[in-house]
Amino acid sequence: MNPVNYLYLSALLFTIGATGVLIRRNAIVVFMCIELMLNACNLAFVTFSRMHGNLDGQVIAFFTMVVAAAEVVVGLAIIVSLFRSRHSASVDDASLMKL
Amino acid sequence: MTAQLAAYSTSTGEAFQFWVLGTVAVIGALATVFMKKAVHSALSLAGTMIILAVFYLANGAYFLGIVQVVVYTGAIMMLFLFVVMLVGVTAADSLKETIKGQRWLALLCGLGFGILLLGGIGNASLNDFNGLGQANGNGNVEGLAALIFTKYVFAFEITGALLITAAVGAMVLTHRERTERAKTQRELSEQRVREGKYVPPLPAPGVYARHNAVDIAGLLPDGTPSDLTVSKTLRDRGQIRDVSSEALNDLRALEQRSEERLERTEIEPATFKREEASQ
Repeated sequence: MNPVNYLYLSALLFTIGATGVLIRRNAIVVFMCIELMLNACNLAFVTFSRMHGNLDGQVIAFFTMVVAAAEVVVGLAIIVSLFRSRHSASVDDASLMKL
Repeated sequence: MTAQLAAYSTSTGEAFQFWVLGTVAVIGALATVFMKKAVHSALSLAGTMIILAVFYLANGAYFLGIVQVVVYTGAIMMLFLFVVMLVGVTAADSLKETIKGQRWLALLCGLGFGILLLGGIGNASLNDFNGLGQANGNGNVEGLAALIFTKYVFAFEITGALLITAAVGAMVLTHRERTERAKTQRELSEQRVREGKYVPPLPAPGVYARHNAVDIAGLLPDGTPSDLTVSKTLRDRGQIRDVSSEALNDLRALEQRSEERLERTEIEPATFKREEASQ
């Protein structure tokens, strides 16, 4: 097996995540799909690190994980405060700025 | 292991692992998108993340594999489950489309994007894999540490600032400040008198001589139950118990029991037969 298959898997997972963001309207599930996309990117980084034979890709993937953790904390806090004010976690209900 | 990683092609074991776990990972990702309940989505995503951790280990990223399990499945997915517990159980995803045809267009876009991405990878010349044998020579963690604390030290510092900002931001977002002082009991009673509404204490719950439990509405003089007698929390949850038909049910059960004992089944009303059949 050629290790390029890891890249194909990563692209597939990223596509599924992106489709999920477009389809789903529950804010929590949309957020999970974003996490899936970040994970797919990490897999691509790790595979490229193996391809080039140095560890820079793994360092970038490590930073991605840290940023993802920070993003999850703030994003879930936003979802909770949205739920408090609107009693719904649907992204359609946050339409205060709609014309 | 290092010899395998240096090789151009992977071992049969890794290929087998890739095809089995890769299939499971894709199924898990699809389940994340298409499961109706947020809890099921979260669990499928956790499974996919664990499989990705195994793939990191197979690719020679030992540190990242462990960090993936600890940070993603351990911390982030648990955070998701906590928020689902707070929010998602009542907030069922409505399946009604607000924009007409949006779902099919989104699927089409996803499909096109995927074809574009996979085609791009297929056309790139990605055939010479150096492998991590040399880079991992002194140990994966040591190699990563050497990079993080020399070449990427500035990014590392910035990351610390980002984490602190995120923690403070989450606290600010979820902490609710009281905009006004809570009213004292005296002020509340004065307000009641001023408005002329519910000046005496609220009526007590319970229907005396039958039940005096707090979740049973007391009866008004005309026999109708009054919701005011039940605490507001129970009222909001819809947990008011109705005992108006309980006496009749007791009577019916008693009649049935006496009929069974006297073996007078022939005059049993039809309704009881049906109830017994359904049980």
